[in-house]
Amino acid sequence: MKQGFRQSMAWLHTWAGLVTGWVMFCVFVTGTATYYRTDISHWMRPELRPAAVEPGIAAERGAAYLKVHAPKAVAWYIALPQEERPLLDVYWFDSFDTPIRQATLDAGTGQPSTARATQGGDFLYRFHFELQMMPLIGRWIVGASALILLVALVSGIVTHRRIFSDFFTFRRDKSAQRGWLDAHNVTGVLALPFHLMITYTGIVTLAFTLMPWGVASAYRGDALRFFTEAGQNPAGRAATGRPAEALPLAPLMARAQGEVSEPLEMAIVNNPGDAAATVVAVFEEPKGLAHRHPQVVFDATSGDVIDRLGTLKPAAHVFTSFLGLHEAHFAGPALRVLFFLCGLMGSATIATGLVLWAVARAPKAGAAPGFSLRLVRGLNLGTILGLPIGIAAFFLANRLLPVDLVGRATWEGGVFFGAWGLAALVGLARPQARTWREMGTAAAVLFLGVPFVDVLTTDRGLDFLGFDAAMIAIGLLLAWGARKVSRYRGPARARAAAPDNLARA
Amino acid sequence: MPDEAALRPPSPGWRLRAAVAGRVALAAFGGYGVAALATAFLSLVLPMARSEAVATATLLSFAILVGAVIWVFSARTLGRAFLGLAVPGGLLAAGLWLALALVQTAQPA
Repeated sequence: MKQGFRQSMAWLHTWAGLVTGWVMFCVFVTGTATYYRTDISHWMRPELRPAAVEPGIAAERGAAYLKVHAPKAVAWYIALPQEERPLLDVYWFDSFDTPIRQATLDAGTGQPSTARATQGGDFLYRFHFELQMMPLIGRWIVGASALILLVALVSGIVTHRRIFSDFFTFRRDKSAQRGWLDAHNVTGVLALPFHLMITYTGIVTLAFTLMPWGVASAYRGDALRFFTEAGQNPAGRAATGRPAEALPLAPLMARAQGEVSEPLEMAIVNNPGDAAATVVAVFEEPKGLAHRHPQVVFDATSGDVIDRLGTLKPAAHVFTSFLGLHEAHFAGPALRVLFFLCGLMGSATIATGLVLWAVARAPKAGAAPGFSLRLVRGLNLGTILGLPIGIAAFFLANRLLPVDLVGRATWEGGVFFGAWGLAALVGLARPQARTWREMGTAAAVLFLGVPFVDVLTTDRGLDFLGFDAAMIAIGLLLAWGARKVSRYRGPARARAAAPDNLARA
Repeated sequence: MPDEAALRPPSPGWRLRAAVAGRVALAAFGGYGVAALATAFLSLVLPMARSEAVATATLLSFAILVGAVIWVFSARTLGRAFLGLAVPGGLLAAGLWLALALVQTAQPA
């Protein structure tokens, strides 16, 4: 870079932002939705009525199911019901090499739940960091994109000469490019501390996937030992191979609850049925930044307490506090709304940056846009409006797919990707300026339709006022955006993009 | 934010393309390499409990990575950018080799 430092940073910001923008837009949007993951999950299982179930009894019901269906498992995980979610999620590993298995039980009976099969808010949560791919591949794509975004953020700040005055600058009438630049600056600078925090702490959540070399050198790759020494996991105990009768879970859970004031979240049985079996009572995180669940470990046959997770050392505390900051478990309703709005602003910063790249390179009137410009325009449209269309279709599918459909939870995901892909196709087949307006309107209509379909298909309209209000707000925001965008883009410039965008959009 | 002039693409000749590709490759692989070496080295030598050293080094590694990438794209020539990574990278590799030989990482039974 022969030019000065600021110019080379401007170049770096432009290109780092472009290559990471599409993935990061999806990560920001689904991550922002994940602040309301439990609310989304409640909405997506309208059959469930709040019911209090004693956690110890529930743990025994889960264990009874697993004793029948997974007697040879190496570990059982029983996620205990909350009052507003009277379900038992049981997970188990048949061996250390097989993938985890799962069943959802009715907390009151211990039998498989009759509520509609859905991944609920977990679908968007997992998409947020795995893109619904193979976990390791998805996490590496998201992690590498987040690192590039961190580079784009730092170089963007360096580039910014007038960071304070730009805060008050919005020249939407000067030219299309100026307007987009100012919109990018305002949303970027206004929530800049959030953008930096959420990007860095997001990278920290994937730290040992992206940067395993500390564990590799100091622990010779033994990650389990690292987490035990860091005070984040209780020490494991190898199976003996001798069977032994375990104590019932309820009294152990009650004793653990006597030590910890937080509610119980999960019961874990390691090596069930073995003489060396252990029972772990896992509690919800206490209020405070650090992301660490209190745990009490019992010997499953004698009932002796063999381990408790103590306090963390400073670096481990900082590390877990970063995870806590990212997940915002500490945030009450007001702070959660603020985080949600900051997440929306982050998504808007990325979206305006992507559009700005294309607007700044618009050809002169009459000239045809080059391949790269058409590619970027197609990907912009397919991502920025395609993803919201997919999410709205996902919510609609939850209400409209038959409740007893085979593979129902998978079909909901299929509708999400199908609607998104279809939206991208439509966008590619039509002139760009019109398509922004049309697809924005379509997305708005889909979101506005969610509360109506909800009211028509369930009798719980009044229980979901918050969710439905959010859908209407998002729908109106999209409708407003579609109007604004179509007005400021000037005449239709060219066909949207080449057909080979289809696979990527 | 970049000036409008900086946003407009220059007409890229093959020389420029090669230089840009070189920097991207150096930033990605060189930057990650230096960050990885620093993490492995610091995890062994930081004067604190082993788990603390790993947590500290891993948290620092991403700042090192971003700093290295910024360096690669701000250095005046590709050669300088390369040297700026190769020298600390070489020192870290030598330090890591020594630390692996000297620091006890065997598992206490």
